[in-house]
Order: sequence, then C-alpha cells, then structure tokens
Amino acid sequence: MRGAAAHLLLALALAALVALVQRALSPYAVTLLSLVLMQVALAVSLQVTNGLTGLFSLGHPAFMTVGAYVSAILTYPVRRKGFMMPDLPPVLAESEWALVPAVLVAALAAALLALVVGLSVLRLKGHYLAVATLGLIIVVRTLVNNLDGYTRGGLGLSGVPRLTDPWTVYAFVVLVWYLCWRIKHSSYGRAMMAMRENELAARSTGVDVLALQLFAFVFGAAVAGAAGALTVHLVSVVTPGAYGIPLAFTLVVMVVIGGQGSLTGAALAAVLVALASEALRPLEESLELYGLSQALVAVALLLMLRFRPQGLFGSREPGLLVGGSNLGGSSSACPSPARTTPRAVSAGTAPSTPDAPRS
Amino acid sequence: MLRLAELWVRRGAGAVLHGVSLEVPRGELTALVGANGAGKTSLLLTISGILRPHRGELWWNPEGEEPVRLDRLSPKRIVELGVIHCPEGRQLFASMTVYDNLLLGAHQRRDRRAVERDVARMFTLFPILGERRRQRAGSLSGGEQTMLAIARALMARPRLLLLDEPSLGLAPQMADRIFETLLELRAQGVTLLLVEQNARAALEIADRGYVLEGGRVVRSGPAQQLRSDPMVQRAYLGIGA
Repeated sequence: MRGAAAHLLLALALAALVALVQRALSPYAVTLLSLVLMQVALAVSLQVTNGLTGLFSLGHPAFMTVGAYVSAILTYPVRRKGFMMPDLPPVLAESEWALVPAVLVAALAAALLALVVGLSVLRLKGHYLAVATLGLIIVVRTLVNNLDGYTRGGLGLSGVPRLTDPWTVYAFVVLVWYLCWRIKHSSYGRAMMAMRENELAARSTGVDVLALQLFAFVFGAAVAGAAGALTVHLVSVVTPGAYGIPLAFTLVVMVVIGGQGSLTGAALAAVLVALASEALRPLEESLELYGLSQALVAVALLLMLRFRPQGLFGSREPGLLVGGSNLGGSSSACPSPARTTPRAVSAGTAPSTPDAPRS
Repeated sequence: MLRLAELWVRRGAGAVLHGVSLEVPRGELTALVGANGAGKTSLLLTISGILRPHRGELWWNPEGEEPVRLDRLSPKRIVELGVIHCPEGRQLFASMTVYDNLLLGAHQRRDRRAVERDVARMFTLFPILGERRRQRAGSLSGGEQTMLAIARALMARPRLLLLDEPSLGLAPQMADRIFETLLELRAQGVTLLLVEQNARAALEIADRGYVLEGGRVVRSGPAQQLRSDPMVQRAYLGIGA
C-alpha cells in the first residue's frame, strides 16, 4: 500500500504545482507547463507501445494529427463551419460537440487507424514497423493537406475553441499514468516484457505475441490521439505539419533516455528534454543557430547509449512508487509490481536492450 | 498420447522432416535421439505449433477426452491443452527474476492462488530456485538455469512435456540430477518427450525411444531394445566401432 500512497502524494504535489504556476506565474509559464505535461503523457504511453514490448513505433505524431483534426472539426463553431469546411457532411456541419465526446472520438479514430496499420505491419519482423509508421506520418500529413474541404489544407485550422486548461491536461496525465502503470504491472505487462526479451520462449509459454503487440500499439495510438485533441484545444491552432518527424524522434529519445520499459524514466526524460529545448530557444535565437536544441538532444542520446545503454532507470521504477513488498515474502496473493523490480539487482547491471534504437 | 502421422516439415528451401511417424504413450518417457541437424528440434517446434507441417497429421489424445488435431492450432491454444515446450538452450527471460520467470510459465492460467501454490511446489522441487527467487534468471549457473527452465514449463501444468536437450552444456553430475528429476516427473504422471544428444543417458531412463536421422525415423522400439541394437550402439553409444 506504500506504493499507492506515494502515487497519491505525487499526484497531489503535481496538482499543487499546477495551482501555483497558474496563480503566480505568467500565461506563458502556464502554457509551458501544460505542454510539458502533455509530453509526459505522450512519452509514458510510448513507453508502453515501444518500451515494454520491444516494438519500434514512430507513429505518435501521425495519431496526434488525426486526433487533433478530428476533435477540431467536431468542436468547431457551427456558424463558421460553412466557409471553413465546405465539404463537411450536413450531420457534422450542423453540430458542435463538447470537449469530452470529441476527445473520445479523436482517440477512437487514432486507435482505429493504428488497428488497420498494426494488423498489416506487425506480422512482419524487424524494424518494418519503424519504417511503416514513419511513412504514416507523411501519409497523414499529405492527406490533411489535400482534404482541404475539411481541413483548410496547408493553411491549417485556426480559431479552434480553447476548451482545455491546465487542469484538463493534469487530469489527462494522471489518467494516462494510471493506465500505463496498471498495464505494466499486470500479467499482460509481464508478458510484454517477456516477449521483448525472448520471443520464442514467450510464445512457447503461450503468450499471444501478435495480440499483445497490437494492443500496445493501439493503446499508444489512442493516447496520442487524445493528446493531439487536447493540445489543439489548448493552443487553438493546428497545421498539417504541426506534429512531424522531429517530434517522433524526440519521443523515442525520451523512451531511450528514461530506460526501456520504465514509466518513471520516460516521464523524467520528457520533463528534462522539454524544459531543455525551451530553455535553449532564446540561445538559438540570439546565436541564430536554429536546431541547436535538437542537436543537443541527439548528443545526449549518443552519450546515453555509449555510457548507460539501459537508460536512466533500465526497465525499473523507483522503489518508493512500487511499494514495500520488494523484500521477499510472497504471503500476499495479489500481484505486486515489486516482482518486476528486484532490489537485488544493482543499478550497474544492464538489462539487455536488444531493440534499443541505435540509429 | 501424442501421435505423429507421416509428418513433413519444411524450413527454408528444404524439408527437415520427411514423413515422420511416432507415438508418445501416456505416462511414459519417450526419448528422441539423433545427431545435430537430424530434425529433433524442428519436430518439437512443430508439436508446439511454432513450425507448421505441410503434410501429415499431428494428434493429441488426452485421457478421457476427444482427440484434438494439433497441427492447425496456435501455440497459445496448444499450451492451453497442456502440451508444454521447454525449449533448447533454456530460453529464459534473463533480465527478469526467477519468480517472474515462473509466473510467466503460468501465463495462460487465471487461477492466481493455485499458481502461487505451484510456485511453492517448484521451490520444494528445486530448493536452490527458492533461495534465488529475487535474482535475475541470467545470473544463475547453467544447471540452475536448466532447473528454472523445467520449473517454468511445469508451471503451465503440462500433461505432455517436451524437453529439448536439457543436459546441454551441463557438468555430468548436474546432468544426472536433471535426468533424475525427469524420472520423478514421470512418476508423478507427466508424459514426457525427451530430445537428447546424450543418447546413452536418454535411453537409460526412457521407456521407449526413436532414432532420427536426416529427418527420418530409422529405429524405434523399447529403450532397452534400442540400447542393444548394434547400429544404435555403433552410431550413438560409441560401442564396437
């Protein structure tokens, strides 16, 4: 139960931070906080898709784009839909949705897309998924650009209602964290890590590899879709290229730096990378060295892979969040997350990370 | 029991099994011996559904139930039927704990309490695993890893256990202990199909044996009879060269 208490405390501390930032700091800081939290949700969900299963998906930006446009179109003010989106069918043209149903439909749309892509691509071995999802980003962008009767094409959609505030984002992060934590520490999470480590052995113990991979991929896409939707209602604008290949790269870096399979690691890496990029922006502008932050993130990745290839946390979570049952004794029948994170393992021993991207 | 009828299996360009027929009677320990590349591992992979035969049939006939044709089922379904494969080279989840490896063996079971009881049973059967329950599987010695691989397979409550080279790479003393464990399992009513390069040891503990050469069964019969077969002695037991 100690683990649950630690989680609750963490959630309260984060709530206090959100309240404090909102009260004491500028609107810029509030938006920054919301965007950082959003990156945390994205990185943590990608940790389930990629980190736990050993898949290598770059598709998050594509799913975010889908989610953003779906939700933007659903919630757009009816009186302006006529000239902004002339091709909309009457049902959509005459309705103006509320935030929650729109975000749910956005997540569903992204999940459906992932299901179709996953069913065809996950049967292939190796890094086909990386190539396919990279292609998906481009396909989605091209579609959005050309369906200009729905999306205004390259102009982008502006004036999307601002239905999200930092508290919505906060609730979203907490929900995503909860879901991912439960998945990781269920028997399915254990099976995902097992198949990442040794697919043949996992299959011969009866793990349905394809079903689990598909689940992880679709789950990540749904979270990305919802995140895209919530972001568009935060910044009120979306363009076809808003979420592209650089973001896919950044998110994968967060997973690798955090440690493949560690939710805490991904969250921490997301905060670090997002804040570092933001802090470097003035420097980029004054030196006119645009792209400096990306270069530094790339260098950080290289250093990490050279000196600590298992990432900050390996596959593990800090003992405090996991709870007190680390110390042997299986008297309780309930599944304990501690069992995937033994203390006996010293921090220096590297769990094998055969699928860590090295490109 | 398990029955293979005229099973043909391709891997890549060529066939690795050329019409293999064999039977594994219930409650017995059946040994499958042969040289490297004879098709022993492919045969086990076919039984557990990881390889698909392109001709022939594979029937599983558990006690008091309808026979089931295995060669069209998924690996997951075959595990659910109680046919469990303990793969060659142990194939543990090396960075996970001994305890997690055992739980993964019971992945398809939903009876959480019975699974915990079985974990305790494994720690009685292999006390050293109990001592090392929190250690990474990759940090165990070779013999301990083999014990864990067998224990993980037992966690699935096998009715038929397929063992692929459990003695591979072990010191003779440790190999003997593994073979003793197999006899214990047979005494408990588990049906066993044992693939071994160590033909001498395998035929000593088995009830019945098959000799595989180039993907074909070239000899079969009670283990005792095979042990005195001149061809088997010459080729596999190193007697009378």
